[in-house]
Amino acid sequence: MTVPRKNIRNFCIIAHIDHGKSTLADRILELTDSVPLREMEDQILDDMDLERERGITIKAHAVTLLYHAKDGQDYIFNLIDTPGHVDFNYEVSRSLAACEGAVLVVDASQGIEAQTLANAYLALDAGLEILPVINKIDLPSAQPERVRKEIEDVLGIPAGDAPCVSAKLGTNVGDVMEQIVRDVPPPQGDEEAPLRALIFDSYYDAYKGAVAHVRVKDGCVRPGDAIRMMSAGGEFTVAECGYMRATGFEPAPLLRAGEVGVLSASIKDVREARVGDTVTLALRPAKEPLPGYRPARPVVFCGVYPADGAKYPDLRDALEKLQLNDAALSFGPETSAALGFGFRCGFLGLLHMEVVQERLEREYGLDLIMTAPSVVYRIRRTDGTTAEIDNPTNYPDPSQIAEADEPVADAHIYAPKEFVGGVMELCQDRRGEFLGMDYLDAGRVDVHYELPLNEIVYDFFDALKSRTRGYASFDYELTGYRKSSLVKLDILLNGQPVDALSFIIHSDKAYARARRMVEKLREKIPRQLFEVPIQACIGGRVIARETVKALRKDVLAKCYGGDISRKKKLLEKQKEGKKRMRQLGTVEVPQEAFLSVLKLDE
Amino acid sequence: MSSGGIGLYLHVPFCAGKCPYCDFYSVRATEAAMDDYTDCLVRRVREAAERTGRRADTLYLGGGTPSLLGAARLCRILGAARESFSIGESAEVTVEANPGELSAGFFREIRAAGANRVSLGVQSTDDGELRLLGRRHTARDAARAAEDAREAGFANLSLDLMLAVQGQTPQSLARSVEFCARAGAAHVSAYLLQIEPRTAYWKNRAQLRLPDEDGAARLYLLACSELEKRGFRQYEISNFARPGFEGRHNLNYWRCGEYLGLGPSAHSFLDGKRFHFPRGMAAFLRGDPPEQDGPGGDFEEYAMLKLRLAEGLSDAGCRARFGHPIPEPMKRAARRYGPNGWVAPTADGFRLTPAGFLLSDALTVELLQAEPARTARRSVRSGS
Repeated sequence: MTVPRKNIRNFCIIAHIDHGKSTLADRILELTDSVPLREMEDQILDDMDLERERGITIKAHAVTLLYHAKDGQDYIFNLIDTPGHVDFNYEVSRSLAACEGAVLVVDASQGIEAQTLANAYLALDAGLEILPVINKIDLPSAQPERVRKEIEDVLGIPAGDAPCVSAKLGTNVGDVMEQIVRDVPPPQGDEEAPLRALIFDSYYDAYKGAVAHVRVKDGCVRPGDAIRMMSAGGEFTVAECGYMRATGFEPAPLLRAGEVGVLSASIKDVREARVGDTVTLALRPAKEPLPGYRPARPVVFCGVYPADGAKYPDLRDALEKLQLNDAALSFGPETSAALGFGFRCGFLGLLHMEVVQERLEREYGLDLIMTAPSVVYRIRRTDGTTAEIDNPTNYPDPSQIAEADEPVADAHIYAPKEFVGGVMELCQDRRGEFLGMDYLDAGRVDVHYELPLNEIVYDFFDALKSRTRGYASFDYELTGYRKSSLVKLDILLNGQPVDALSFIIHSDKAYARARRMVEKLREKIPRQLFEVPIQACIGGRVIARETVKALRKDVLAKCYGGDISRKKKLLEKQKEGKKRMRQLGTVEVPQEAFLSVLKLDE
Repeated sequence: MSSGGIGLYLHVPFCAGKCPYCDFYSVRATEAAMDDYTDCLVRRVREAAERTGRRADTLYLGGGTPSLLGAARLCRILGAARESFSIGESAEVTVEANPGELSAGFFREIRAAGANRVSLGVQSTDDGELRLLGRRHTARDAARAAEDAREAGFANLSLDLMLAVQGQTPQSLARSVEFCARAGAAHVSAYLLQIEPRTAYWKNRAQLRLPDEDGAARLYLLACSELEKRGFRQYEISNFARPGFEGRHNLNYWRCGEYLGLGPSAHSFLDGKRFHFPRGMAAFLRGDPPEQDGPGGDFEEYAMLKLRLAEGLSDAGCRARFGHPIPEPMKRAARRYGPNGWVAPTADGFRLTPAGFLLSDALTVELLQAEPARTARRSVRSGS
């Protein structure tokens, strides 16, 4: 399946959530006859259940398609799907770096939304040709002409000949194909130069080891070539290379400049084939790696525990398996007095954390308890030593702390101008430092703040969404550390500290947070045979207190007509309920209590 | 055990209307439907007696509203049951009845047919509370029905009260208890109102103005002490009697004895097996067999039921039935709740106190879970 390089089109589809990205991808697959119709499952690119359900793409996917165009020539389409969340912005930027063009899908009734803008800017930054497509014209509320104007006004992208399509019904999707042929530039690159191939995704295959999705920028690569990862440093021998077709892998004798494909080289660990790394030849290495590599560094940590302590080995196995496919996930053993044996896990962000949690629960059938997320604090002790703390349990006694620093991020929030007040209020409330504000156009503003990361991981997205009716996009980049006044907040149940509920917080925020936390716990902890005091303390000083009153009435008064089944069922339910509880000293705490304190605003 | 007499329960699933809190099975009463059902029940009673070869020591006609059948049909049923299950003069024969729908003649007729105990659904003697409960009778109706029953020769008269209903106050509850004593009741059942799914109350539960958990608990404890004061000794979570008038039929349930229930939704425990007829009238008339609920009478069930009784759990009782005394871990757990006043020691065991009865579900689970191995395995199996 080779065509001249001028007939290769490398592109991605970008869109706001639910604007029809995956549906359009499916239609493109159909029009290229890549998948026999009977094998066609809706949204073939989102192959994780989780992705289909949430309507988001977590992993990048790439597929090589053959298209017979109206000009009578055959074209190779490399369609690269991109993750759709700020946690994975780095991965998105690498996927975009593998393309020359981006199909920007905009919903004909909703118009431009937050992620449309964020994604379009990422694509523009990557120097891609942007092809706007107006989708869902079959909806009665569709206003394609209004949306066309919006694209031109807000994004400044000519949209005069943007196809109006219904990906759902397949209407005019052929026009999109022809535009891709016409407008996406063919790839450049020097086949004779030393190999430079960008890894934009990698996954683990039980037989082949780590398999890298690559875009070859320069040179060629063949099975048998000795390759080197320019950043990670590992050297391997290519076992196999080829194309990922819609129906599966298709081997090829070589991958050349301009092409997108996969290669495997008996790499045992996906961390040896990291997204963003540059593959070159060991014997004839390129001078410079491709720009933009960044090692994945977890910025959010939390404790992950099996609800049933006996499942600890299962949890370890599951984490190991997930890590095979997810180089950004880190974990190490941790013990908690309250929760027993578990793992301290590191994530790229909150969504990454949720995704890992859901996959552990769903794909591995585990019942989990997660502790409050923490960022990495830097502590300088009075004795001159320093420590990085990602776990409140290890937070030193205040008397030993000379200075505490917390990570901060450079944050940009794009929002329509009517929401600027609300956005700034939120950022101030989250201890942000105002850095500036730019008008993107007459209607949209880029609000620029320095924000402490621990304020971002603590439900910042939800708060932003509710203050901007979802019409804001948010992007941030860690920039460093700043001095902060931090305290460790402990929660005591019946006088006993519960380590899993401790967290580190800015002293100005401690009281309000403690208050809400004890209130939430009072709601979530059922009345028990004994009264349960709930206290929030800073270094032994109680700053908030609530009490779960003792149970007074819990009785099935009637056991009528000899029908004891109801009573039996009730007792079984109580026993089941007890199993879902954590026994902390004398207090039984339901698992939801641990989860709910993560989201106090709900 | 199989040679002893069983309890016979006959369900009469007819009501004049549906009370908004009630989830017992009942259907609308028409003359034809009641005739058909009576014919069918009489037939089933005879068949069951023949099949099981058992006799009964107690007979209970519950509902629904058994009195709605009228004296003639009830007498046919009573006659058939007494004859087929060799129910003698010394047996307890109870008929449930609703005040306000009855004549003095009704009580005389069923008394003559062998009934010797009447249970009247009084519920409350506050007409406001009765209206909110959706009952169609008044306090005066209840007083008259009690008087008629006693005059017809029912010395063993039981009255039902409901606790923690809308509008109930400690004063109105005390008046209801006083009413029972004055009406000559020998037995009082006092049930805490429960909002059951599939009832009108459930649908409208947001609008109900019911006492909260603490208020309901206070009313329950008040009922216990007021009844005690007037000579009604508590012998079960919700049941109180003058000495010698404890309901034998129901005591048999709680002592884990054998019983046979006939009629839609009636439950049975016979020869170590529990089974019940489904709720539908048509299926019962058709003769569909009962649904099996598996084996019954294990230690867990026994302990759960016995802890409903004021007599509690005893070493002697356990030994007679299971060959071992109360398991030691269970005793230890019981002692833990002594200081709270929820569990009290007895001569060779322990019992729940009224305050303990209020927490009966939680305490029963705590006590049963203290019992190792055997019950633990069982709960795993039934949970799967």
